[in-house]
Amino acid sequence: MITMLTNNTSAVETTPQQASPASEVEQTSAMETRGIHAWFGKNHVLRNVSLQFPSNSVTGLIGPSGCGKSTFLRLLNRMHEFIPTAAMAGEVFLDGQDIYRPGAAAAELRLRVGMVFQKPNPFPSMTIQQNVLAGPTLSKTKVANKKDLVEDCLTRAGLWKEVKDRLDAYGSSLSGGQQQRLCIARALAVRPDVLLMDEPCSALDPGSTLRIEETIHELSESMTIVIVTHNMQQAARVSDYCAFFLSEDGPGHLVEADLTKVIFSNPSDQRTADYVQGRFG
Amino acid sequence: MPTQLVSDASPDTFPDNPVGRVIATEYGPSDKVFRGVITGGAMMSLVILALIAGFLLFRGLEIFRDFGFGFITSVRWDAGDGIDKATASFGIGAMLVGSVVTAVIALLIATPFAMGTALFLEFYCPSWLRIFLTSVLDLVAAIPSVIYGVWGYAIFMQYGTSWGRAINEHLGWFPLFHVPSPNFGRSPFIAGMVLALMIVPITTSVARAVYSQAPRDQIDAVYALGGSRWSGIRHIVLPFGRSGLIGGAMLGLGRALGETVAVYLVLNLVFRINFQILASVGGNVASLIANRFGEAGEYELKALMAAGLVLFLVTLLVNFAATAIVGRTRGTES
Amino acid sequence: MTTTFVPDKLVKPARPWRRTHRSILAMLGFIAIAGLSSTGIVAVTGLAGPLGWYVGFVFSLAVFGFLGSFFRDRVVAVDLFATVLICTAFMTVLIPWVSIFYSVIKRGAPAFYKGYLTTDMLVTSSGEALNLGGLSHAIVGTLLMLAIAALICIPLGIIAAIYIVEIKGRFAGAVRFLTQAMSGVPSIVAGLFIYSTLVILVFHSFSGIAGACALAILMLPTVTRTAEEVLKLVPDHLRAASYALGASQAQTTFRVVLPSVRSGLITASVLGLARVAGETAPLLLTSGYFIKLTTNVGNGAIGSLPTYIFSTLGAGTQESVTRAWGGACVLLALILILFIGARSLGGRNKGR
Repeated sequence: MITMLTNNTSAVETTPQQASPASEVEQTSAMETRGIHAWFGKNHVLRNVSLQFPSNSVTGLIGPSGCGKSTFLRLLNRMHEFIPTAAMAGEVFLDGQDIYRPGAAAAELRLRVGMVFQKPNPFPSMTIQQNVLAGPTLSKTKVANKKDLVEDCLTRAGLWKEVKDRLDAYGSSLSGGQQQRLCIARALAVRPDVLLMDEPCSALDPGSTLRIEETIHELSESMTIVIVTHNMQQAARVSDYCAFFLSEDGPGHLVEADLTKVIFSNPSDQRTADYVQGRFG
Repeated sequence: MPTQLVSDASPDTFPDNPVGRVIATEYGPSDKVFRGVITGGAMMSLVILALIAGFLLFRGLEIFRDFGFGFITSVRWDAGDGIDKATASFGIGAMLVGSVVTAVIALLIATPFAMGTALFLEFYCPSWLRIFLTSVLDLVAAIPSVIYGVWGYAIFMQYGTSWGRAINEHLGWFPLFHVPSPNFGRSPFIAGMVLALMIVPITTSVARAVYSQAPRDQIDAVYALGGSRWSGIRHIVLPFGRSGLIGGAMLGLGRALGETVAVYLVLNLVFRINFQILASVGGNVASLIANRFGEAGEYELKALMAAGLVLFLVTLLVNFAATAIVGRTRGTES
Repeated sequence: MTTTFVPDKLVKPARPWRRTHRSILAMLGFIAIAGLSSTGIVAVTGLAGPLGWYVGFVFSLAVFGFLGSFFRDRVVAVDLFATVLICTAFMTVLIPWVSIFYSVIKRGAPAFYKGYLTTDMLVTSSGEALNLGGLSHAIVGTLLMLAIAALICIPLGIIAAIYIVEIKGRFAGAVRFLTQAMSGVPSIVAGLFIYSTLVILVFHSFSGIAGACALAILMLPTVTRTAEEVLKLVPDHLRAASYALGASQAQTTFRVVLPSVRSGLITASVLGLARVAGETAPLLLTSGYFIKLTTNVGNGAIGSLPTYIFSTLGAGTQESVTRAWGGACVLLALILILFIGARSLGGRNKGR
């Protein structure tokens, strides 16, 4: 049995809480964190997060802003360390290996754990095709058939039909939603096992958001997706599992993690219930 | 409680496509004076630039009339006997070429180093060191040219001379590195090196300012795709900062073109067009003015004013272009 | 699988991405090997002296870095190579600047004796022994001219900045552009201009005021630009608050905006002064060179540090060259004082 353990040492709550999302569906986990903490300088922003991400599923990270969801996400592909004052503790396992072990190559890890950012950020100096191929180019990976790879990635990102006739146009000529799907295609081109999405729809209109959500749903059949979102309806629509983070004037921590339907219908923690029903945050 | 929420006038009296009202701020009398005085004062830079051009043109007009275009192209500078104007002949062709040669040498040496230094400061050095080094950079930018000149004359000359000799020994077959006689001191090469040192701080600080505005989210995207620090620089920072670097280099070029004392101290002034950069023959317009000013008669003084006008216009042009190019990058920041 | 409970106090922040001791040792070893190899290169080739060794060192670093790349992933290798190049470019640039400061102090020191700062050169020629004469005339002349230049230039520079930031007039862009372009006016051209106007038409001789005017032209761009940046830091809500109280624009500017950035404006001015304190070429054409201590700025030549350096260097004897270095030492010290003063005053207002 896979157990998920969260603990709180605050005065309000002293008993560790247990949530076991995978207890109902027996599944292997693609990624797992154990006792993750994060700091910016002296500021403790994330406390003791232990969470598993089951394979080929979508896990939504929800919670009010400033509760450390994005920091947690960036710890999963070692983007956290680019902030000069950042520090961390704990372990992140990918295929049974700690990605923070001494000598682990961060760049190679990032090829296996792709990322899509809040704001669409296609490279402005590259065409659509070059943008898709940017990953292999940057990592100097040989690609046998570039055309097929471009078509495959764009198709999976749900953009192929719209851009197949203008692959040589610049990425910046696309609309915001199309740019974000181009960024998804770009992340897919290095064939990652896990895809991290940091509020991918927050800068987009409802129509584009819907398209991206469809894309996420299709992708989750073949890869593990972790998505940070502010939007609870979105979390309910796209995710299989949900993890609720809260900061409560201290470092952010995990309150509860479970199947999405449990979180939204019958959460075990009152704070989760309050949040998903819109009483705060 | 109001009985009617929609005012009577609303549905019909106002057309669907109203004419926009102009909102004009009326300034009080004190503000009118204030704005007038400030606006007047701000025009000083314009007035000064116009006066410089006007006065130098006024003083040098006779020279342009007497020598015409030959003043630019001729290489002969001869004050004659100082009494009869017909014995004098003035041309700054050699000095203009010399200015360009030394400035281009300086630019070619300084730009790669400035680029490396800017990248180092922005992306490689720890932040506590960066704050310190930025102040140092500002300080060395304020080292007066006369000190660069003294250093170049008394310290650097021996190194420059031996480097020049070594280059000539190994690469003398290349026309630029050929010398007619084995005299390697006070050459355009040495002057160019000293000028390069002077313009590195300028180019570096402009390049650094532009590099620091490179879009962080795109650099993040490069890292997220498994790129290294250099990939981020190569694919995002350098393309983004290209025009900033060009602009910074041109600002440096402008400074190198107009430098007087440092060049005067380390370059042998000879009125001959010379592209053999290791030979002890060169010149530049500014050092010509400093060189001839002390003993110039009235007519030669006018020629120096004319030379000054040409130098002014050339550097102004370079600076206009540089400012415009740097401004273009600044403008694209969101 | 369960995770054991770990109390917060026992968790220590770590940075596993930092270099490990082993990789730092490996790097130092790499640098040491390059140094040894460079010593070998100096022994067998024509390169000599510390500079020759440095060239060999950089060469070895590049070659070893390149060779090492065969044992690594290409992305890592290219990154390493670029890092070596960029760091060497920076180190190389530092060498001449260190050399300048070092030689100014080392070669200037012999010129100092207890009367150096208080005597002028009226009865001493620059070739005489170093325990005679001094540069009091040059210091006084430079300070006087800087003071006058500040009086002329600082109001104008701040006015231009106010025009750009506060009034945002129709020509704000143009004023900004012209000021920028003006910073590229060669100093000798400013000298020629003042010579052709003030010296010829007004004073009929060299004079301190003419020199100060030339300096004022040269420092105007620096003062304007720095003041502009300082004014832009004033938050708009301060202005809005003032307008909301019914203040006029003039009152807002003089009572609210300017006082809140006073130290920043002083910094702008002092930085401008530091920039022109060592200008030589324009002074040769406007204030001339004088060997006697004088405070007469209205008529006749006046001494100054840059012209002192320039002329003693030109005299060419060993003593006079040492005097030039001594002058350079004093000039550099003056600029350093202005600079540090400006920094410490402006530290509160200016960020990175």
